[in-house]
Amino acid sequence: MWKKVFDWLDERLGLNDLYKNLLDRPEPMGNWWNTLGSASLFLFILQGVTGIFLTVYYTPSPDHAYDSINYIMNGVAMGWLIRGIHHWGATLMVIVVFVHMLRVFVTASFKYPRELTWLIGIGLFLLTLGMGFTGYLLPFDEKSFWATTVGTQIAGSVPFIGDFILKALRGGSNISALTLQRFFSAHIWMLPAGLAGLIGVHLYLIIKHGESNWPKKED
Amino acid sequence: MSNSELSRRDFIKVTTGIVGGVIGVAVGLPAVAYLLDPAFKSGGKEAWIPIGKIADMQVGKPYPFSFTRVQVNGWERTSTSHGGFAIRKSEDPKDIVILNSRCTHLGCTVNWKEDAQAFICPCHDAKFSKDGVVLDGPPPRPLDRYADFRLSDDGSTLEIFYKES
Repeated sequence: MWKKVFDWLDERLGLNDLYKNLLDRPEPMGNWWNTLGSASLFLFILQGVTGIFLTVYYTPSPDHAYDSINYIMNGVAMGWLIRGIHHWGATLMVIVVFVHMLRVFVTASFKYPRELTWLIGIGLFLLTLGMGFTGYLLPFDEKSFWATTVGTQIAGSVPFIGDFILKALRGGSNISALTLQRFFSAHIWMLPAGLAGLIGVHLYLIIKHGESNWPKKED
Repeated sequence: MSNSELSRRDFIKVTTGIVGGVIGVAVGLPAVAYLLDPAFKSGGKEAWIPIGKIADMQVGKPYPFSFTRVQVNGWERTSTSHGGFAIRKSEDPKDIVILNSRCTHLGCTVNWKEDAQAFICPCHDAKFSKDGVVLDGPPPRPLDRYADFRLSDDGSTLEIFYKES
């Protein structure tokens, strides 16, 4: 019975082909350092899921942001766990993505024909940092307020156009409701959309080219 | 597989499935609890609210009272005002009618008019008797009553039972 259902679906969706080409593809001799890309992907999905759940109670307004997070931590069942995973997962994701990048650099996996995979990877790393930067403001407590003050001032120190960049980031001269709202928008819509799109291309290129061999002495 | 031993590939598959399942449950179940949490909370806080000294209430003359309740919904607080009239029917401190001053038509606050001996609603001229019965106007039913009331332990203060919706 199940076989019949599966065969019917397989004929139309090509499930077996997908499995063979995506998950059962040949790889060079395994190495634990090669699992960091998958770990990054897993963390991205975990952050996405917990982040979606956080928006159920979080409010991106200066007068309610802190209270709503306080409520998530103390008033909602398992709220501490969902936010805890999101909080620590964010730090872990930055570390894992960075170590993944280091590994690719050390094993020279960025060379022909994988230059574009590397370049897109740089984009993914920067977007991950962007997620960290925008997410840090969302609790809207003293720490996040001043961290964003400093962070946007650094961006504002660019010669000639610095002031413009600062205002564009903050949505005005000061850190305000506009800043919180646009950081929230970037954090849950723009940056994740960019990440998801680039991850798609990144994965396609990995599947197309396969993983690089671990360098040998002669290399 | 030619023999009954688990091949390396199958071991990896099974392990991946189990670990994935454990992670899915570890995040999924708390997430469901988190989402449905408000539905499990028992709303409707109850309280006995003192509305006035029984000695201040003259027999036969509606005694106005009002009180404010603060309702906390998550991180947001809403305060609502309530009011009404306590009418002693006789010297017996239990013989009291306590009316809610919210008009049963559209919710305006009714006022006691001594000369008309009736509660008049300013919005649509509804008229209620001293017992809250509709005498004139559009209201569909008599004024609501605070049916649960008691005297405080020392017998001096009238208290009504209030339950949040």
